[in-house]
Amino acid sequence: MSKQKLMEKEIESFDFQSGGEASSQLKNMLRKLGVDSKIVRKTAIVTYELEMNVVIHSEGGRLKAAVSAQELEIDVIDDGPGIPDLDKAFTPGFSTASDEIREMGFGAGMGLVNVKRYADKIDVESSENGTHVKVIIKLVN
Amino acid sequence: MIVNELVAKFNLEVVAGPELGKEIDGVYCGDLLSNVMARAKKNNLWITVQGHQNVVAVALLVDISAVILVEGFEYDEKAVKKACDKGVNLLRTKKKSYTLTCKFCESNL
Repeated sequence: MSKQKLMEKEIESFDFQSGGEASSQLKNMLRKLGVDSKIVRKTAIVTYELEMNVVIHSEGGRLKAAVSAQELEIDVIDDGPGIPDLDKAFTPGFSTASDEIREMGFGAGMGLVNVKRYADKIDVESSENGTHVKVIIKLVN
Repeated sequence: MIVNELVAKFNLEVVAGPELGKEIDGVYCGDLLSNVMARAKKNNLWITVQGHQNVVAVALLVDISAVILVEGFEYDEKAVKKACDKGVNLLRTKKKSYTLTCKFCESNL
């Protein structure tokens, strides 16, 4: 089913100043489109976690969002270095974040766990060239 | 209760107050941002020891009515500027999380 592109925003590595901007922008768009507030919240949780993963763990990337009448598709793509062990990455409490990052309240090992919990569908492909997380959030039951 | 009334009642310092008329509905305490994202609710007060700029991003995404930085911690300058730009209230107190939470409970917040 064809989807209409909503946004595409670059995410810079270690840019904590702008971290969350892409998620915030998408949230505002969904609100303007009249999307149910519970779905907007689910989307915000998913996109924030993925966006901050790019900021903290990658060499930079981008967040794309597209919508159809039935669902929202979110693609978060980064430029590496990839997730060495995907099973571990989805284990609650597992994190490779540095102490400095943990002191900021990140790196609790709940990021991808939250994404999986709130996404209706998630696909992750990762290699040393980068990671692509595709999430589907249903707009209708 | 609105944020402005809370500030007066509990003697809180306003570090950034662009939206002091916001309604308050409940309180969330936490310092792990993933937990705050997943568990805090719209119009909650958020009690934390985190004062960096991404706190503002989380508060904005969750529609927090005001962040309250406890135990005398300071907000980063960038956090304050971002909060003013984005309409997020940043409050501060020297009280401990527990002490403040107890006072809020006594007031049925």
